Amino acid sequence: MAQDAQRFDIVIAGGGNAALCAAISAAERGAKVLVCEAAPKGFRGGNSRHTRNLRMAHDAPTAVLTDSYAEEEYFDDLMRVTAGRTNEHLAKLAIRESKHIADWMAARGVRFQRSLGGTLSLSRTNPFFLGGGKALMNTHYLRAAELGVEVRYDTEIVGLEMKDGFCRGLELRARGFKDYVETRAFIAAAGGFQANLEWLEEAWGPAARNFKIRGTPYAKGGLLKLLLAHGAAQIGEPDQCHAVAIDARAPQFDGGIATRLDCVPFAIVVNKHAQRFYDEGEDFWPKRYAIWGRLVAKQPEQIGFAVLDSRAFELFMPSIFPPEVSDTIEGLADKLSLNPAQLRATVDQFNAACAADEDVAPAVHDGRRTSGLSPDKTNWARPIAQPPYYGYPLRPGITFTYLGVGVDEAARVGMADGRPSGNIWAAGEIMAGNILGQGYLAGIGMTIGSVFGRLAGENAAKSLRN
Amino acid sequence: MTMSRSETATTARLQSETRDTSAVKEARRTMEICNACRYCEGYCPVFPAMERRRAFSLVDLDHLANLCHNCKGCWYACQYAPPHEFGLNLPKTFSQVRSESYARYAWPGGLGVLFERNGLWVFLLTALMMAAVMIGSALLISPEVMTSAHRGEGAFYAVIPHETMVLLGGTAFGWAILAMVIGAARYWRASGASGVRFAHVLQALREAATTKHLGGAGDGCNDVDERFGVGRRHMHLATMWGFLLCFGATSVGTVMHYLLGWDAPYPWFSAPVLLGTVGGVLLTIGTAGLFALKIQADREPADVGRFGMDYALLALLNFSATTGLALLFFRHTSAMGWLLAIHLGFVLALFLSLPYGKFVHGVYRTLALVRDVAEREQET
Repeated sequence: MAQDAQRFDIVIAGGGNAALCAAISAAERGAKVLVCEAAPKGFRGGNSRHTRNLRMAHDAPTAVLTDSYAEEEYFDDLMRVTAGRTNEHLAKLAIRESKHIADWMAARGVRFQRSLGGTLSLSRTNPFFLGGGKALMNTHYLRAAELGVEVRYDTEIVGLEMKDGFCRGLELRARGFKDYVETRAFIAAAGGFQANLEWLEEAWGPAARNFKIRGTPYAKGGLLKLLLAHGAAQIGEPDQCHAVAIDARAPQFDGGIATRLDCVPFAIVVNKHAQRFYDEGEDFWPKRYAIWGRLVAKQPEQIGFAVLDSRAFELFMPSIFPPEVSDTIEGLADKLSLNPAQLRATVDQFNAACAADEDVAPAVHDGRRTSGLSPDKTNWARPIAQPPYYGYPLRPGITFTYLGVGVDEAARVGMADGRPSGNIWAAGEIMAGNILGQGYLAGIGMTIGSVFGRLAGENAAKSLRN
Repeated sequence: MTMSRSETATTARLQSETRDTSAVKEARRTMEICNACRYCEGYCPVFPAMERRRAFSLVDLDHLANLCHNCKGCWYACQYAPPHEFGLNLPKTFSQVRSESYARYAWPGGLGVLFERNGLWVFLLTALMMAAVMIGSALLISPEVMTSAHRGEGAFYAVIPHETMVLLGGTAFGWAILAMVIGAARYWRASGASGVRFAHVLQALREAATTKHLGGAGDGCNDVDERFGVGRRHMHLATMWGFLLCFGATSVGTVMHYLLGWDAPYPWFSAPVLLGTVGGVLLTIGTAGLFALKIQADREPADVGRFGMDYALLALLNFSATTGLALLFFRHTSAMGWLLAIHLGFVLALFLSLPYGKFVHGVYRTLALVRDVAEREQET
């Protein structure tokens, strides 16, 4: 194309953890790298900005992890949450490589800490980034700058120049203007399509209009569409995603971790008709919170309401928005726009079905359950009887979508015809669906991004020698 | 300890203060968001202290704000900092709350107003002190004495009589100490801290003496931008210890004068001169370093509106130290007379402004650390 186009060895689309792991590992091998981040600098880092840990196999306690977490156990956990919908080969690769990822990052300035307050259940499996994902990304960007990686913000890929199965050039839209760069290899690490509400609506129908997007508004899936249009193999279902129940008052985008609600196991959750619809006490919240997004999404108007009393109020992490409060159930129903008589009936029915009015034991499956309800609450059930009463509205909060491009064990993108692409690699959410067919395991998204980011950067850099 | 009736009333007033300023409201909103996020837990004691609470009274916010060492780690790590719509800016917000707390606990209460536009007030005070010593010297001391070289014991007092120096310095310093002690007592009573033992005080003093919490989690502070560094910590240590050594030099000198009857100037290898020289050099370097870091640092997380207060203290400490060192080096020359007057002018301005300027951060931060150490222990 243009005679004077700038030439890079490797262009990377995306600016999150996967993209920067790729950029760093490629630049450390001497490649001339350009990172195109669609967001402005203040919002750089994609969803990684909102993350806090990754899931890592290890054979012995470390400075920030207790005990051990064997590869086999990790794999079993993954098989359980995905119900087997995973590429076992790639899953095992990610798990095996997860063992080295924290050391690799630490050698590049990333600092880890023990699991945060309120996340004890992750202390064995997930090292936390000191300061969280934005601090992680700051460190990555500093390291990339040291290595001479060029980063362009407000810059997204809007066209691929393909020749004989190879990507030779990229059309960019940079700060509102068109641009073009030539490249010898291309790494797609631009996230899922969760921020593209029209695309979500294609998969979910009108229900998608009531979804909140927990992370970056820049993950619109434009690059994913381009790759699929150029014949990349599609992986995953469009309605599969990581979704949790979050505070309905959260902003449409970017609410992040603080908008989550941890009250569900100590509450009852009703729909807009003030009816319960699922066992709130099925398991510890960290093990269950990732199913509640879909549960609420299936309710009328995609809304739920957690209702609890003053005795349950201090059992969970504080919420970002204050709860609705009333001294009566009817008063609370009014504030939540629920039918007061119906909520009263649901609470009375629940209270009558509780075995005893005793303190619940949040740290264990305490077996304090209801009987005769449909559905029953099987742990931490106690009558909602001590005013004031509190209520929180819940909406589905989408973290990221799983539909993506297929990759091989080198992180190279596969084509729909079964051949590997010439010089396109992928890492992060855009290919996480290879491992996550459904369900979620806390921290595995960052593991996939880190492992495949490194692999993509390494292999793309190696390919330059040929 | 018995409290006067008016101090009891003051404590009650400080505790029941409900007119939240916009900075206090913002600090409360921020803490409620932070408490639902907690990513910064590993940076400093503020976040674990926050996690011990679910609601944040004005007194709690004063405590947390004074516990904050302004390392800015949380600003660079914050997923909710601007341009995010939540727009959190904890270092800046806490700096504002801190400054307001200095004013609220100040004694006499009316002088709390000096924390507003502090740089201007301290500048005016310094100019006034400088003019006073200059005019006083010119009027009271003969030009020959002022501009001739003096040697031997009592040489300084040949220029400015010892009684005059003690009266000026002692009164100014005594006032400063009294005002800060009363301010500290007000702060402590209002905080309602309980269960504090001597061991907690010792531990807090250790943490203050080493500026432990300017250490981040090993990488230091965000001195100027998103990079971590130990520059600010080192410069702060130099400033703090430089000041303490100079204070030590004065104390030792006082003892030598009154108990041993030995008049200044003292020889090079005497305790006051050694302490004062090392202290003066540390103060000069430390304050210059802090100033340099401050003017380079990112403006966004900074409470730029209060920079005057910071610059005022840095400047007074620096000028007191450099004029003191100059006095030491040129004490046997004819410049001594005017150098002594200038040094005295800066020192008087420094002393008088201590309770009404940035210096009090050391008092309240140490008290906040004492309370925090006690809380940490009560938790385990």
